[in-house]
Amino acid sequence: MALYSEKVMEHFRNPRNVGVIEDANGIGEVGNAKCGDIMKMYLKIENDVIQDVKFETFGCGSAIASSSMATELIKGKPVAEAEKLTNQAVAEALDGLPAYKMHCSVLAEEAIHAALEDWRSREKQS
Amino acid sequence: MIYADNAATTKMSEAAVQTMISVINENYGNPSSLYSIGQRAKEILEEARKTVAEAIGAEPQEILFTSGGSEADNQAIRSMAEEGRKKGRTHIVSSAFEHHAVLHTLEKLKKEGFEVTLLDVHEDGLVHPEEVEAAIREDTCLVTVMFANNEIGTVQPIREIGAVCRKLGVPFHTDAVQAVGHIPVNVKEDQVDLLSASAHKFHGPKGVGFLYARKGIRLTNLIEGGAQERGKRAGTENVPGIAAMAAALKEAVGNLERNAALLTARRDQLIEGLGKIPHSALNGDAKRRLPGNVNFCFEGIEGESLLLLLDDKGIEASSGSACTSGSLDPSHVLLAIGRVHDVAHGSLRLSIGEDLSEDDAAYIIRSVSEVVEYLRSFSPIWRDLEAGKKEHIL
Repeated sequence: MALYSEKVMEHFRNPRNVGVIEDANGIGEVGNAKCGDIMKMYLKIENDVIQDVKFETFGCGSAIASSSMATELIKGKPVAEAEKLTNQAVAEALDGLPAYKMHCSVLAEEAIHAALEDWRSREKQS
Repeated sequence: MIYADNAATTKMSEAAVQTMISVINENYGNPSSLYSIGQRAKEILEEARKTVAEAIGAEPQEILFTSGGSEADNQAIRSMAEEGRKKGRTHIVSSAFEHHAVLHTLEKLKKEGFEVTLLDVHEDGLVHPEEVEAAIREDTCLVTVMFANNEIGTVQPIREIGAVCRKLGVPFHTDAVQAVGHIPVNVKEDQVDLLSASAHKFHGPKGVGFLYARKGIRLTNLIEGGAQERGKRAGTENVPGIAAMAAALKEAVGNLERNAALLTARRDQLIEGLGKIPHSALNGDAKRRLPGNVNFCFEGIEGESLLLLLDDKGIEASSGSACTSGSLDPSHVLLAIGRVHDVAHGSLRLSIGEDLSEDDAAYIIRSVSEVVEYLRSFSPIWRDLEAGKKEHIL
């Protein structure tokens, strides 16, 4: 049995939604270089729907795959639905992650939530 | 497929394989049995002992066969700790970047009341003999410094350290697992009292190694039982493995100069080529290193993803990143030479084989450059570095 599932390897080799959104209205960055994982999520939200999402990640195979999958799971969805994203959903969508790599899916969930939090606080200000 | 992880393990040589098979099939006796097939096995065992001893400049009776390097490290250190304890000497000197087989044994001894000094290995990955001398005290019972580091390949000044220890009357052990069969090792000339080696690092089988202990050094058993290995290591001997190890070692030492020359040329080609990747750095001294070891840090990317993509390109290597170590910290070796976490996570170790061609080396350089560029293209750390939000370290 290989280290990673086919799904994880697919998302790792061909990550979806990679990049930045210049006029993003929700940005979240989590993790730290000290532990070897950083994820940055860019959201473009209009009419309470996630019109566009992009990510940048410094991390291992499951970190990149988790962030890629997380963006797929929320793209085009209403904010209310994106808010319910869990790391288990990310890991399941990837056909599972090794136990010691589950924290990568947690980080992806946190990055999305951080970006949504940023959007909310910007909305409050305007 | 380019296998560039020989520091992790090596493919058995043809001679080693054939030796092992023939012993398994034709000489399966127990060396302790008195009938002919047993005695034949004993002959093979002692012939192997002689071969191994010659390869490192030792006497046959100074060689003890083990299950590998880790066991040899454990027995060497525990033996000297035991001797030290009897004399009231409970201080040990070692280095900050030893293999875990040494470091964890020392950690355990600390819990049993020993004091351990871990010497600085500086930015170039080298222990300084003067610092070994300065660290030795009246109550020092052992100095243990590895011959060549497994991650960054730097070769330590063993002869100078041996001289210091001999002068001050302190036993000197060296974990030579990465050195034996690759660079010249002579325990008499190097004034080494104990030495660990492992067959699968020099094209022998896994699960077998040896401990050299100079005549007069008293060993303590890790394994009690029968009288094998002069009563110092119980258990029926792994005759096929030991015979194969001896065959592999003889071959390696016989071809040492030739292999070292070939490897050094490829190694230096890789160091030059990889050094052209922006914001990268070689880990450890460029010249005082094993002929086949290259170890680099690339800023802004992480090691495991680098390895996976290189694997896709047919290159098998390793890294010192946390993700590959299974813990939250990157390699203790890289941290010991002063690399900060950020940078240590983005490391790559290539330990090439004698069969690596110039074209293969060029392919490795191209592939690593491509993968590093690709990973940097979506790394938030790299973005911040390039945008000037953070200062480049490398």
